[in-house]
Order: sequence, then structure tokens, then C-alpha cells
Amino acid sequence: MLAYAIRRFGQSVFVLVLMSFLVFIGVYAIGDPIELLVNPQADEVERVRAAAALGLDRPFLAQYWVFLKGAASGDLGRSFVYNEPALTLILDKLPATIELAFVAMVMAIGLGIPLGLLAGLKPDSFIGRAIMAGSILGFSLPTFWVGLVLIMVFSVQLGWLPSNGRGETMMVAGLPVSFLTADGLAHLAMPAVNLALFKLSLLIRLTRAGTREAVLQDYVKFARAKGLSQGRVIGVHVLKNILIPIVTVIGLELGSVIAFAIVTESIFAWPGSGKLLIDSINQLDRPVIVAYLLVIVTLFIVINFVVDVLYSLLDPRVRLGGAAASH
Amino acid sequence: MAPKVEGPWARFRSEFAESRLAMAGLLVLVAILAIGILAPVISPQNPYDLAQLDVMDSKLAPGEKSAAGGTYWLGTDDQGRDMLSGIFYGLRISLGVGIASTVFALAIGLVFGLVAAYFGGWVDTLIMRIVDIQLSFPAILIALILLAVLGQGVDKIVIALVTVQWAYYARTVRSSALVERQKEYVEAARVLALGQARVVFRHLLPNCLPPLIVVATVQVAHAIALEATLSFLGLGLPITEPSLGLLISNGFQYLLSGKYWISFYPGVALLLTIMAINLVADQLRDILNPRLRK
Amino acid sequence: MSGGPLLQVDGLRMHFFTKAGVVKAVDDVSFTVGRGEILGLVGESGSGKSMTGYSILGLVDPPGRVVEGRIVFDGTDLTRLDPAAWRGIRGNRIAMIFQDPMMTLNPVLRIDTQIVEAVQAHSGVSRESALARAREALVRVGIASPDERLRAYPHQFSGGMRQRVAIAIALVNGPDLIIADEPTTALDVTIQGQILFEMQKVCRESGTALLWITHDLSVVAGLADKVCVMYAGRFVESGPVADILDRPLHPYSRGLIDSVPARNERGQPLRQIPGMTPSLLSLGPGCPFRERCSSATPRCAESPEVTEPSPGRRLRCFHPAR
Repeated sequence: MLAYAIRRFGQSVFVLVLMSFLVFIGVYAIGDPIELLVNPQADEVERVRAAAALGLDRPFLAQYWVFLKGAASGDLGRSFVYNEPALTLILDKLPATIELAFVAMVMAIGLGIPLGLLAGLKPDSFIGRAIMAGSILGFSLPTFWVGLVLIMVFSVQLGWLPSNGRGETMMVAGLPVSFLTADGLAHLAMPAVNLALFKLSLLIRLTRAGTREAVLQDYVKFARAKGLSQGRVIGVHVLKNILIPIVTVIGLELGSVIAFAIVTESIFAWPGSGKLLIDSINQLDRPVIVAYLLVIVTLFIVINFVVDVLYSLLDPRVRLGGAAASH
Repeated sequence: MAPKVEGPWARFRSEFAESRLAMAGLLVLVAILAIGILAPVISPQNPYDLAQLDVMDSKLAPGEKSAAGGTYWLGTDDQGRDMLSGIFYGLRISLGVGIASTVFALAIGLVFGLVAAYFGGWVDTLIMRIVDIQLSFPAILIALILLAVLGQGVDKIVIALVTVQWAYYARTVRSSALVERQKEYVEAARVLALGQARVVFRHLLPNCLPPLIVVATVQVAHAIALEATLSFLGLGLPITEPSLGLLISNGFQYLLSGKYWISFYPGVALLLTIMAINLVADQLRDILNPRLRK
Repeated sequence: MSGGPLLQVDGLRMHFFTKAGVVKAVDDVSFTVGRGEILGLVGESGSGKSMTGYSILGLVDPPGRVVEGRIVFDGTDLTRLDPAAWRGIRGNRIAMIFQDPMMTLNPVLRIDTQIVEAVQAHSGVSRESALARAREALVRVGIASPDERLRAYPHQFSGGMRQRVAIAIALVNGPDLIIADEPTTALDVTIQGQILFEMQKVCRESGTALLWITHDLSVVAGLADKVCVMYAGRFVESGPVADILDRPLHPYSRGLIDSVPARNERGQPLRQIPGMTPSLLSLGPGCPFRERCSSATPRCAESPEVTEPSPGRRLRCFHPAR
């Protein structure tokens, strides 16, 4: 297990460096930030001074080397726009994104697995078909358009929910969170639903397919033949088997929820890292873009690792390395 | 009982028609394609000919009359543009971008997938490692960064969509080609000393097509949705070539003041398109999946 | 306890209502199992023998449904029980063992969990005493070092071991009847023999009745007290095992017995029953075997009644062999 972890760690560092290089090349090619940052009336001397101050006058590889050295010590450069460390900017905004993604994921899991189970157990019933139809709809609806419709209905027509911002926050362990205040919850509701919808549909489909396969298995029939209650047969025998692929997908989707939060945050003006990224792209704030990507890639790698560990905990066949003790 | 003899195509058609939902999807899809192709002919106005626009008509609600006497069935936008015409033209661009990017990505993915499966070894490892790394990141993130780098434009967004999609095809093609490669007919073709290219394209390729068709259909829908999302974020198409996503984005600022139609109807058109494609794709998957064959 | 037989299946019909039509998987089957008795239920695949077993336990899944007949167990008609009461009998007084031991144990649950839950589903005992009974059951089916085995997962066991665990689970609540659905078919021949021997021993010791479902007459010969033969969902004939094997009355039973390879016929081509099993979907009235039967006459297009040619023997045929 330790050797495996070390190998995984090595691979991760390699991917991280590779990504940083690719991103750096790409972002380096984006326009000239001097144009945007320096007063248009400034003369050439001032421009050169500004470029030198930001390190933009050096050759590309030199800039990358400076960046790498800084990155190794946790310094991902300073934002051109805010003149603050890029990493600090992102870490300031990240908790809002993570809260949104987390709440959305909890909603998707909390609803998706029971609905998927129901649809899988009664595929031909009205309710089973209705759930499936709903999930096809949820699959087809583009996230950003659902966001608009939510605002149209709940903010404009009904006036029930606020359409932007995070609302009142409360400090928990030094971080502001929205879900503990009534105002924060009202602000959180629509973005979270919006972000959850696609994952909800995905989980319904996955759970339904897994359930349909599992209920045909002999071990389910055997469990029923033991006289177990329906609740135990489904809640333990079926669920524990279908959870294995579901946990894997949930883990992988966690990363994509954070990525998709970029869209949701833009619609609902949720002050998270995704909105920061879009703003930074529009303002050509290179260090922030690079730093955002590296933070996200790191997050992905961590998530993938955790998923692998969880997977092995759930599936004894993986955990025990297939060391069958059969005689 | 002599089984009725019918060609594969007839059988395919009758199996497809078994689902009424899929038939409805197909019908809608054909209608949408027709609208996209015929947009310049059937639109009440050319929404991008400034001479045809009347600022007096701006932000009219659906059903209101224009200054010139016509009716704007779906209202107008801030420029006084007829939304119905805007949607017809928008469909044309969205479908064009979606289909074009799928075709290019399919071609590239097909070549890399076949090469990986046929040659194996380090070629296979290298290609699949790139595919794996790429697929571990959400498509939207990669497309976003690419567009941030490349800038706006139809060609740019097609490049971005092709970049995020080719890996799906490469993976699909490789896995089905690997399965086919084990089979005897490929061995037989090799024993006959047919040229490598001939083995790959005449023998391997046709047998990899069914799963590829399914993936491609789904991916057209994904590409259209992704393009709309990127355009909505202001990173896709320029304002001179408004796809559905850009129309929706344009209407967003008026949404809070209750002028819903500028965003809403293009969204409905987008939704219908994606749903119709998904319904057709679902049925195709069921028909072409050998595991579900009776 | 009532005075009658332990299990009396009477005119059982179990049909599948599919899109293509009604499949009569079990169509008028009757037999009895006495206390401590072993009945071999014999038929080829598709004869409805497994479905008969599932019907007795109320484990038939839609679109299948028991449409007619009585299943009287210890004086109670199970078909009239509500689901909760039927569940109270399953795994408690009637247990079942399945064909493929690789598939019947849940791969992600430990053995102790799977045995303890069977105990606790039927009695409110503590986990400790349930574990003690689990350990005892494993020892009874010949599993060494049960404590270690209890903490293992199914994939750590061989096929024969898994089937022993399944048998232990069936035995753990001391049932009156065990329905065994071809439990040795998927195993190696040597393991088959061991399992057969131990099943028989355990059932004789504890007075447990056994309904042994199989396609293999040679298994039944050494194991069962009585035999009931099924064909295409219908009852064919039944009687004491020695009588049926020595003097089968129904042409189908005769064909089955003749097609068992025997030692004294070395070098001779094996005899087989010509033709194929009819589709249950298109099966009309009349004897379902008549298409393949050498004794068939036009009269066989009608359905023969069940007769009792001699005490303890029942038969459904117009032209019994003499």
C-alpha cells in the first residue's frame, strides 16, 4: 500500500509540473497585460518600467523558472490587478466555491441514490418512468439556462429568493459559511440546486442501472430466501454492491462540480473562485489564472487519491489484493 | 417458423421505431435541422442586417406588433431584433459549430484510436496516457482555458471543442478495435498478407463504427451545450455570430427587469435540440449495443 | 404440528405474464414431502422445477405469479399468508440453497454478517449468541477453524467451501424443510460427492426434510426416498425412488433413465430422447411429451388425468409402459 501511495504521489507531481508548464505557455500567449494595466497615456519609459516591475520583460523560460521556484515555496505570483499574492486571492475565494459544491453534491447524493433505487426497483411503474424522464430532462438542460429560469421564476416572478451574492455568513473555524444563517441559506438555495441538477440526473441513472443489475443477482434472491426484510435486502445487500461504482463516480464528479461552479457562480454572482477565474480571464490577470489552475489540478489529484482509498475500503476484493485463501 | 428475411437497414429502422419517444426525438431533430439549414429563407427578417432593424421596436414582448405592422411572435431584443429570426439564425450557428467540431474530433480520435489499438506498445501507452490525463479534467475547464488563450471566433471555438472531444473517440475506437483485433477475421486478413492500411480501414474500422456512432451522437449534444455555455460566459463566439448561447447571454441583463423572453426562448430552442439528440442517441445505444441484443 | 405431510403442493400453477404471451412455467404440479423425507424433483432445464421451488418460498418475481393451487406447509396454506408471515417462514422453517455458490453469497459482506443476519431475521437473539450459532452451523457442514472463516469474505473461499457456507446458512435456524436447487451441479465431481453425503447426513440427523431439485437421476438414486418427475412445467409421475428407477411408467421417465450412461453398456452408443423441449409459450393442451414420444397416439392431444396405478405411485399418461 505504501509503495503504491508513493508511486501515485510521484505521478501526481509529474502531472502537476507538466500542467503548470502547459498552462504557463498557454497563458503566456494571452494578450499583453501592460496594455490593460498601464494608463493609456503613459509613455514608453513608464511601460518598460511597469513591465520590468512585473517581470514581463524577461524571456519566457526565465519567467517560467521564476514561477517554478516561487511555486515550490508556495508563491504563485502576484495578481496584476489586485496587487495581492494570487494564491491568497484564490484561497480567499475557494471556501465559497467548496461550500457551494459540497452542498450541491450532498443534494445530488441525498436525492439521486434513493430516486435511482426506486426507479431501479420499479422500472415499469409510473413513478419509475417519471424519475427516468426527469433525469433525461436534467441531462439535457444546460446548467446556465436552468440558472436563468430559476432566477426568472423565484427572484423575478415570485420574489422569494435573492438572485445574487452569498448573503449573511457566519464564521466557522475561521471561514465564512452561508448555510448556517437564514439569509445565507436563501442565497445558497438556487445556486446549489442549479449546480446539483446535472449530478442528480447522473446519479439517478447510475443507481438505477446498478440496481436493475443487482436485483437479478442470486445473492439478492438468496438474501430474500433467508427471510430478511425488504429493507435489509435493499439497504444492505443491494446498496452495498451498487455503492462501489457510485462512490467512484461521485469522487470523479466532485472535481467537475468545482469546475462547473464557474458557470453557476457567474450566473448567481456567487463570490467564489470560479467567478474570480472568469474575471481574471477578462482582465488578463495571468498569475491568478495560472494559480487557479494549479490549485484546481492539485485538488483533483487529491480527490482522485481519496477516491482510490475509499474504493478499496468498500470493495473487499480490492482491499485484500485478491489474496484468496481458498484451498 | 421461417424467420422473416429483412436487410440490416430495415431491421434497424423497425427497431428504432419501437420507441415512440425516440421517434418523436427524431422528428423534432429533423425539424430543427431543417430550420437551421433554411434559416435565411424562412426567417421573418434578417436579424443581422441593421437596415431591417428598428430601434423603436426594441424589447417588445411576444405577440406585439412592430412599428411597420408585422407581429413579433417571440418578442424582440434590445436592438429591436425579432427573436424568432434570431433563434433560427442562432440554431444554424449552434448546429454548425456542434456538428463541425464533432466531425473533426471524430476524425482525429478515430485515427489516434486505431493507431493505438493496431500498433500497441509504446505508441498505445503514449496516446492513452494523454487521453487519460485529458479526460481526468472536466471538458469545460479545458475549453475555458483554451478560449482564454485563443480568443473569440467560430474557428477558435471549434478548435476548443475538438480538443476536448477527440479523447472520447480515441478511447472508444481503441477499446472496440482491440476487441475486434482478437477476432479471427482480422487474423485471417493478416494471414492473407493484406496491407496494414487495408486491414485497418476495410476490416477494423467498419466493426468499430456502431459504438462510435452512439458516442458521436451524444457528443454533438454535448458540444452544442458546451458552446452555448462558453458563449454565455462571454468566451465563445463574437457578437457578430450569435449562437443560441450568446442570445441567452444577451438577454440575461434584462431578465431581472422581467423581460424574460430575450433569454427564455433561445433557451427553449437549445433545450429542444439537446433533448431530441439525446433521445435519438439513447435509442441508438440500445439498438447498437450487442450486450442487449436478444 | 398437524398430522398431515410436512409439505403438500396441490395443483400448483405459476405463470409468467410476458409481452410475448403467458408462459406456463409450472402448470398443475402436485406432490407431497413427509417429515424428514427426501424428495427428488427431477426434470431437464426449463421443466419448471426451479420455479416450483421459488413458488414454495414465495420468491417468484414479476412478471411471474402463482395463479392457482395450494402450498400447504405444516397445515398452513402459504399462498394465503400475507407477505410478512411468509417472510417469517422463509429461511426459518423452509430454507433454500441455490445452484451456483459463486453467486449466492454477497461478495461485499463478510461471512459472519451473512449468517448472523439470517439468525437475527427470525429471533431476537444477541449478536453474540447468533455468532455462536453461526460457528456451530459451520462446524456441522465440515468447515475447519470457523472463527477465522467467519471473518472472511466470500472471494476468499473455493466454490465447494462457499456451498458449505450456504448450506450452513440454510441450517442455522433449524428448518423443517430445505429446498436445494441443484446445489452440486456447479461443483467438481469429488466435491459433489462430499456435499451430497454431508447434506444427507445432516438432514437425517436433524430430521430435516429435503426437496432436492435436479436434472441428474444418478444423484437422486443414491439420495432420495421419493421422486417426482416434471416435464415442460407439468407433472409426469411420482413414486418411491426404487420403483421409479426400476420400473418407470411414463415414456419420458423411461427415456431419462435410459439416457444415463451405465457401466455395463460400455462401447454402446448412449441412448437419447429424440427431439427438443417444446416452447412453453406455444404449448397447447394435451401431453407436452407427445411430439417426442414413441407410444403417442392421437388421444394424447387431450390432457391425461393423474392416475394412481399402484399405492404410492401417481402418473399422468394414457400409455404407461408395462
